[in-house]
Amino acid sequence: MALRNKPQWELLAEPDLSKVPVEEKHYDALLVGGGMACCGAAFEIGAWLPDGATCALVDKAALERSGAVAQGLSAINTYIGENTPADYVRMVRNDLMGVVREDLIFDLGRHVDDSVHHFEEWGLPIWKKEGSEGKKLVEGGVPVRTGKWQIMINGESYKCIVAEAAKAALETKGYDLIERVFIVKLLLDANKENTIAGAVGFNLRENKVHVYTCKAMLVACGGAVNIFRPRSTDEGKGRAWYPVWNAGSTYTLCMQVGAEMTMMENRFTPSRFKDGYGPVGAWFLLFKATVTNGYGEHYVKSDRAKAELEKYAPYGLAPVTPTCLRNHLMLFEMKEGRGPIYMDTAAALNAFLEEKKASGMDEKALKKYWKELEAEAWEDFLDMSVGQAGLWASMNIEPEKVGSEIMPTEPYMLGSHSGCCGIWVSGPNEDWVPDDYKWGYNRMTTVNGLFTAGDGVGASGHKFSSGSHAEGRIAAKAMARYIRDNADFTPTLAVSADDLKAEIYKPVTVYYENYQKTTDEMVNPNYIKPRHMMERLMKYTDEYGGGWSPYYMTNGKLLDIVMQHLQWLREDSEKMAAGGLHELLRAWENLHRIWTVEDHLRHIQFREESRYPGFYYRGDFMQADDKDYDAGGWKCFVNSKYDPKTGEWTCMKKKCHQIISD
Amino acid sequence: MPSFVNPEKCDGCKGGEKTACMYICPNDLMVLNADEMRAYNQEPDQCWECYSCVKICPQGAIEVRHYADIAPMGGYVQPMRGTDSIMWTIKFRNGNMKRFKFPIRTTPEGSIKPYEGKPTPGADQLDSELLFTSENYYPSPDRATCKPSDFA
Repeated sequence: MALRNKPQWELLAEPDLSKVPVEEKHYDALLVGGGMACCGAAFEIGAWLPDGATCALVDKAALERSGAVAQGLSAINTYIGENTPADYVRMVRNDLMGVVREDLIFDLGRHVDDSVHHFEEWGLPIWKKEGSEGKKLVEGGVPVRTGKWQIMINGESYKCIVAEAAKAALETKGYDLIERVFIVKLLLDANKENTIAGAVGFNLRENKVHVYTCKAMLVACGGAVNIFRPRSTDEGKGRAWYPVWNAGSTYTLCMQVGAEMTMMENRFTPSRFKDGYGPVGAWFLLFKATVTNGYGEHYVKSDRAKAELEKYAPYGLAPVTPTCLRNHLMLFEMKEGRGPIYMDTAAALNAFLEEKKASGMDEKALKKYWKELEAEAWEDFLDMSVGQAGLWASMNIEPEKVGSEIMPTEPYMLGSHSGCCGIWVSGPNEDWVPDDYKWGYNRMTTVNGLFTAGDGVGASGHKFSSGSHAEGRIAAKAMARYIRDNADFTPTLAVSADDLKAEIYKPVTVYYENYQKTTDEMVNPNYIKPRHMMERLMKYTDEYGGGWSPYYMTNGKLLDIVMQHLQWLREDSEKMAAGGLHELLRAWENLHRIWTVEDHLRHIQFREESRYPGFYYRGDFMQADDKDYDAGGWKCFVNSKYDPKTGEWTCMKKKCHQIISD
Repeated sequence: MPSFVNPEKCDGCKGGEKTACMYICPNDLMVLNADEMRAYNQEPDQCWECYSCVKICPQGAIEVRHYADIAPMGGYVQPMRGTDSIMWTIKFRNGNMKRFKFPIRTTPEGSIKPYEGKPTPGADQLDSELLFTSENYYPSPDRATCKPSDFA
């Protein structure tokens, strides 16, 4: 057998940079990312850019199955319908413990249904209530609501359908779709202060570097996964709740060019079916299942749970308990030794059957009814979390016979689901929006010409798939306006294409300079492999930054330690080594992860309270403060900014305005 | 639960311009070995088990084996995806089987015409906060133009 000091990859990276071409292109508008937000942008932007304008969408994967919806979904979680955008704001505000951008949420609420109506027009099957089957929503069809905001779908092909519309829109307008190019760095203009000028990335299928210049850019490429030690080990690490390919790129790309960030201390630590990470929403809302502790108690109704919630008034006392506090109660039970926590699937499903029996349904009809109910229960997993179905099959779990454990996962960072970390953006350019919330172009970051949407926009969670699509549309229109207003702008790069190539291929250079200095390419003191970089990051964030192993607990002292490790990680990232194109992808993804996590922990360090009990705790500041910004309290945003000129990071408080009444 | 490839069924998509699984994998995991004309998963511990490769493989050559470090052996979940529906076969460790069929799409693949019959607002509309289809908003365009004061 040959010595193991050779690259193990099918597609090798080229160490001789003279053989790596650089392709340079200019577009008026550049869309970075391929998920729901960028698909929405691709659909909208063509309606507004003038004839002859140019645009491209750059995706590191294939549009048909990229982003968080790649696998499909069993529900659309944001459909306003008979509700109002004002009530939508109230729901989001309460769930996210009061500190949200109400302008952005309201704006999203008034546009989101139009995206859902388009999904249905394009071919997405949406469940309808008895009596309106076959009618589309826009024909008066009544959707099957699970909760107040959610509607059920047959969503296996959700992303394929939305991507097909985006592709067709790009093609109709003569715009480019560029797949398998990973954007790793944004570029500021050489002449105009604080203005985006382009982006650079590399090709995952051939040794080639791509440099794009543009007038306006949308960066919407998801949240951050694999940043804290996962509960899974070894092979199971891929079984993350959020898509494992979300590497924090949205945040890092924008942060590095000086975009102001907001609420990066927020994280989402979902409680999901243990180990398979299957969704719980339908079980709670559609099947009305209850959660019990190991002793069968419905613990959320206990006096001790009420006492816990009272500590976090007014949010803990709201009619709908915020997601983080539901986690808090679960953790409380587990820590007190009353685990494990169960979703009582058996009682829920049998209750439906009992109800039908009691109403006089005969055996044959009952059997048919059960078949439908069983199919609905399994479809919930098969549409969006197939692995959970596989785990149930492996463990002989039939949900009508036995409950399943649920468990809070490792922390994730995102801005579109039940979390709200992200970038500080301008709200709509309308009178009702406070002046400090708007600077001309909706969803533009604090960097001129740089826009974001979906997981990228901070302080406005609960958009989910439909809201991310709608927000991509909102941003795209504002981009078209920005491009019109800056028609004379010619982006100029400060760095040469060759220097960019050398920077991007540095892990390849490091690898080939050193890989034969030992007899095993994985063990070499001269470099670090991307996979080891990620493991190291996850170990220290978990232990010191409030991961699952210390029950999400951190404090000022622990944060000091993790900051030192992050510093070392950043220094060592200069020695990351990649022998293949796939490994080069991992190297850059991990760099993005490190930056994103550093900002996350800087925010937690700055905010001297525990804003999201159940998601994380500052042991030295256990309370969630409800004193306003003006009174010196923490009911305000924490924003941060990395200065690309000096390399300095600053954190600051920003006032949070209440726009919608209680 | 990483994907794996059956070498008896995989033909590397006959060396065509794109190997289907390699084309579709959202995490850049599936890759073609051109010498053997077989595909494989190059980083199984980063597989999200999204089944994109399983669903797209024209030979039905890809399956998923449950994460060895989580699941007892023997469970099996396999789809057959058509143009308008998907059929799932689930085999339990104890041998029990379940089959489900769900619709996936109500329109033919490739039929979407995103701009057909849609409004074409002029450049003078660029300064508003409305989207290009807002004038057709159901049930009323008022939803798109509303303001917080409308709900005071």
